Amino acid sequence: MSAVQPSITLQGDRRVRRRKWGNRLAEGLATLAALAAILVLAIVVWSVAKRGASELSWSFLTSDLPLFGLPGGGIKPLIVGSAILVAIATAIALPLGVLTALFLTEFASRRVASIIQLTLDLMNGLPSVIIGVFVFGLLVDGHKMSGYAGGFALSVVMLPLVARSTQEVLRLVPSAQREGALALGASRWRTVLGIVLPSSLGGILTGTVLALARAAGETAPLLFTTAIFANSLTWDPGSAMPNIPVQIFIWSESSDPEDHKRAWASALVLMTFVLVTSIVARALLARSNRKLGR
Amino acid sequence: MSTLPATERIPATRRLRDRLGDRLLLGLTLAASVAVVALMIAIVYKVLQGANPAFDKFGFSFLWSSDWDANIQKNLFGALPGLYGTAVTSAMALIIAVPLAIAIALFLSELAPRGVRGIVGSLVELLAAIPSVVLGLWGILVMAPFVSTHVEPWLHRWFGFIPLFSGKPGSSGLFMAGLILAIMVVPIIASICRELFLSVPRELEEGAIALGSTRWEMVRGVILSSSRPGIAAAIVLGLGRAIGEAIAVTQVIGAGWSIQSSLFVPGDTLASRIAGQFQGAESNLQRASLFYLAAILLVIGLLTNLAAQIIVRRFEYHRTGAD
Repeated sequence: MSAVQPSITLQGDRRVRRRKWGNRLAEGLATLAALAAILVLAIVVWSVAKRGASELSWSFLTSDLPLFGLPGGGIKPLIVGSAILVAIATAIALPLGVLTALFLTEFASRRVASIIQLTLDLMNGLPSVIIGVFVFGLLVDGHKMSGYAGGFALSVVMLPLVARSTQEVLRLVPSAQREGALALGASRWRTVLGIVLPSSLGGILTGTVLALARAAGETAPLLFTTAIFANSLTWDPGSAMPNIPVQIFIWSESSDPEDHKRAWASALVLMTFVLVTSIVARALLARSNRKLGR
Repeated sequence: MSTLPATERIPATRRLRDRLGDRLLLGLTLAASVAVVALMIAIVYKVLQGANPAFDKFGFSFLWSSDWDANIQKNLFGALPGLYGTAVTSAMALIIAVPLAIAIALFLSELAPRGVRGIVGSLVELLAAIPSVVLGLWGILVMAPFVSTHVEPWLHRWFGFIPLFSGKPGSSGLFMAGLILAIMVVPIIASICRELFLSVPRELEEGAIALGSTRWEMVRGVILSSSRPGIAAAIVLGLGRAIGEAIAVTQVIGAGWSIQSSLFVPGDTLASRIAGQFQGAESNLQRASLFYLAAILLVIGLLTNLAAQIIVRRFEYHRTGAD
């Protein structure tokens, strides 16, 4: 009796080897792509940090804008202005966004909810320059540029972000909790104020902070609404307010190397704020989502 | 046998308060939602209203006219070069960004070990968080000098026979805008695709592996083919972002208004022309023309977003229907 010969070899023939190489190539390319993205991020962050840090100093952060053509100067009015603009935007977008999200999750029928959601998504996808043009037509044309107009423009950027993230968090609140409260005889508004909102408060706030970080870096909505400003500090939103993004834009278009240096330093301030807030908010969001059992 | 005590009646004041509270909550939330919809309608209305004088003067011929002359004697405006610039830069951004973004998403969902996945994933999302004005500043002062002395001459030398690369390399132009847009679009498409790929049912992936396919064959046959509509939606969303980005593009594109075959010449997109000229518009007609550009941009933006939403909804229906 002869031994049974295996009819196929278990060693890879040329075809198998080719498939394996193809696989390796694809894996390598995917890894390279991820590395490329990180490399771009690193290059951008590094060039901003390197160029910005050499110019950045305490006096740069705490003095008025430079007079035209003169060296020195600082960005205190820009920091104050940006803070006020973002505060106005948050004061509008946070209540409006949270209330809309509450309506979507607690009251709206499916059909109505889908219309409002679509509106929010469309608003989120609007080119931000359109928002600037809109607010110009609504509040600036015939009047004058003001911090209120700029803040309102930023709130249009924030509103869909706040509403959508709040809606996500509200959905995570277990319906058993809602039903429990209602079954105990609590009214709708008590359930919302006592059960739904407190357990999702953390998520709502971090979602708002993410939206705020996004709004703080937006330039286009401010360009036609609060761009012609004096170079000294203002606290009055009734007049046009100096702000970091628009000033970086102006300085970056300038031909004066001094202005470029100022632009780098301001960009470092802005980027640090935006990246740090986004990172912290994301970390908190991940934690609060985990707590709500997702 | 004892009888249960009658349940205590809820005091009338509390009932009243509850009813009022419920009404108030419903009223407030409803008002906010109506405000959101009204805001969206107001945006469309205001932009169209601003564009009206230009529409009266030029009609639809605005769309295929290449004029842009703010001189009082002429005062003629047209959108064609902006449409061309928008199309070319967005197309270039997508050609670069789509393969990269899909590869990144595959790396994040299939290849990367757990720890790396989280870190690389958040780094890619941070790329999206960089303010566009900062990216534009980097583009104009760091990227543009490098690209115009190293990349463009190389492309011109070896691929100069293609009209796109035929022009003289310059430090600002459509090519730079396309590159910057690609950087902005990659994280958007990558993060959506990663979610998509992670949501592909595990059994399908394991089935393909068990049948002896390599990982790449599994990706091609199972993951990519089953998430094709989702990838399309992600690309459309990325396209919407590329079309609408104004600031970073304005910084690097060089504000030209002509249609030339070369990518290296200065140009403008719809959005960058608005950002660049709105402030200093010399006549009401010029401002109205910029509003007209904004109206075109608004229509394109709404259509791309709607398209993406429709694809996503049909896709979700398809997936849940198949389960």
